[in-house]
Amino acid sequence: MATEHGTRNPQQDRSEQGGLFKTSTSGRHALDWLFLILVFVATMIGLVVLAVLLVDIAVDGVPHLSWKFITSFPSVIPENSGIYPALLGSLWLVALTALISVPLGIGAAVYLEEYAADTWLTRFIEVNISNLAGVPSIIYGLLGLGIFVNLLPSVTSGESILSGALTLSLLILPIIIIATREALRTIPNAVREGGYALGATRWEVIRSHLLPMALPGALTGTILALSRAIGEAAPLIVVGAATYITFAPTGPLSNYSALPIQIFSWISQPQPGFQTAAAAGVVALMIVLLLTNSVAVMLRNKYQKRV
Amino acid sequence: MAVNSEQSAQSKDGLWRPESRMRHFREWAIKILLAACAYISVSTTFGIVFVLLFETINFFREVSIVDFLTATTWSAAFANPQFGIMVLICGTLLTTVIAIAVALPVGLLAAIYLSEYASARWRRRLKPALEVLAGVPTIVYGYFALTFVTPLLRDTILPSLTIFNALSAGLVMGVMIIPTIASVSEDAIYAVPRSLREGGYALGATKREVATKIVVPAALSGIVAATVLGISRAIGETMIVAVAAGNQAHLTANPLESVQTMTAFIVQVASGDTPTGSLTYNTIFAVGSTLFVMTLILNIISYLFVRRFREAY
Repeated sequence: MATEHGTRNPQQDRSEQGGLFKTSTSGRHALDWLFLILVFVATMIGLVVLAVLLVDIAVDGVPHLSWKFITSFPSVIPENSGIYPALLGSLWLVALTALISVPLGIGAAVYLEEYAADTWLTRFIEVNISNLAGVPSIIYGLLGLGIFVNLLPSVTSGESILSGALTLSLLILPIIIIATREALRTIPNAVREGGYALGATRWEVIRSHLLPMALPGALTGTILALSRAIGEAAPLIVVGAATYITFAPTGPLSNYSALPIQIFSWISQPQPGFQTAAAAGVVALMIVLLLTNSVAVMLRNKYQKRV
Repeated sequence: MAVNSEQSAQSKDGLWRPESRMRHFREWAIKILLAACAYISVSTTFGIVFVLLFETINFFREVSIVDFLTATTWSAAFANPQFGIMVLICGTLLTTVIAIAVALPVGLLAAIYLSEYASARWRRRLKPALEVLAGVPTIVYGYFALTFVTPLLRDTILPSLTIFNALSAGLVMGVMIIPTIASVSEDAIYAVPRSLREGGYALGATKREVATKIVVPAALSGIVAATVLGISRAIGETMIVAVAAGNQAHLTANPLESVQTMTAFIVQVASGDTPTGSLTYNTIFAVGSTLFVMTLILNIISYLFVRRFREAY
């Protein structure tokens, strides 16, 4: 830049002494272009890895995916192994988890957003819930192991689907509460005041107006939370999901396996045949997740139009 | 229903239902019910603390707390067990450092692109696409790290890599954390007031200069919060390291070797048969307590930083 320096008039030189104002625009603009490329590439890296991951599991897993794989029990022979009990276990888990966590989560959110006064106790609960969302999932597994499996086996019969579902419910409760609260918060106060002005009680306003209006947001958050529960493996391993099971679960108190657990068990096997089975299991898990997420998007679109 | 004469006169038109005891009772019952929901959620925290504390105290009845914190070997499963938690913490930090080395630059640059450069349409499409990365089950990432990333690195640049290693687990974990860091940083960057940017342009700064010298410093507390949150995620991440980093609990800083993290140890013990109340059983709770305390501190730090950037403008 020294060559340019000579051509400048003294006025510019004076401001240059401060070092802040550099007029060499061509160099700076070239850097701007480089920077734009850099940030764009950074944004794309994640998406490229995602694409590679999806292609990789599809190439590994899809050839092994068949009706027989879906309807068979696990076996010591990789080629005969299937995911039937794990798939049923996952469906049982997610259904029970939804039954437990959705009413609890929406109830807690309505209380915190519509009833609770702004006291230190409410603020403590809020901080607490946002903290719970950051607790590693395996810690929830330890909680479930300590309480549901070992302290209350008379209720849950120990290492059962119910214990697993209760553990997963506590895990996703903060996500549901946070999503529902955010949905309630976006509703203008005029709706509430209009209701009160007509003589409706707090609960009547909530039931007839606030809950229907908050539904799309709450629903999306809930289904995202449930799909997280479907993919969660760590807490279930700790609360005793079985890795090798040769019967389909019969009820909430039955022993069980789940898709991620089955995949983990196959990955841990040294024989290469089981790696293929694991890949097929991964594809099955991703398909289940894709289905639940599409349902979430569809429901949100449907309700958003109505409101 | 005990209604006085003034109220019953009004109730004739049917729409106006006067305050009845039934209605009051229903309102009260519903409020109690909803409050119970909120308190159950909060009791989870107490449940966690209670369970961890109870079993950890049992653990320290048999193992000295000084040994736990200072010993440099971890051999919980052997005949003469040694419990040096530093070994597991070291393994955890190694994978975490690798993950953050990937996720922080990539996530931050992506956040700058999304908030400063991308058009509203691109932003609407790219953000959910990036969020998908956070929705992929971690067992799938574990499979990917073990069967794709490790072989790829071995065949290309690192032939000395062992099958189970901290490097691929850390790299893949980094990719998983990108959306966390990107979205929290982006919120912070987006919250920087327009006037600061315009002031920069008025002084003749280019877009890059505004982004890197004005916007990023102004959003720094949010970016710190995002990073701390990312670290906390990486420390608590389980399945990727359990699958791809192996179960060799030894003190090393070499990312090409197998390490055992705190979470991987818990999985290793829990997937075997461990009788309730045995020392090994208590050990996973002691390790879990350590993990819980570490992530709790990080989450609180992150929370304080987030609050700071929310209050600043």
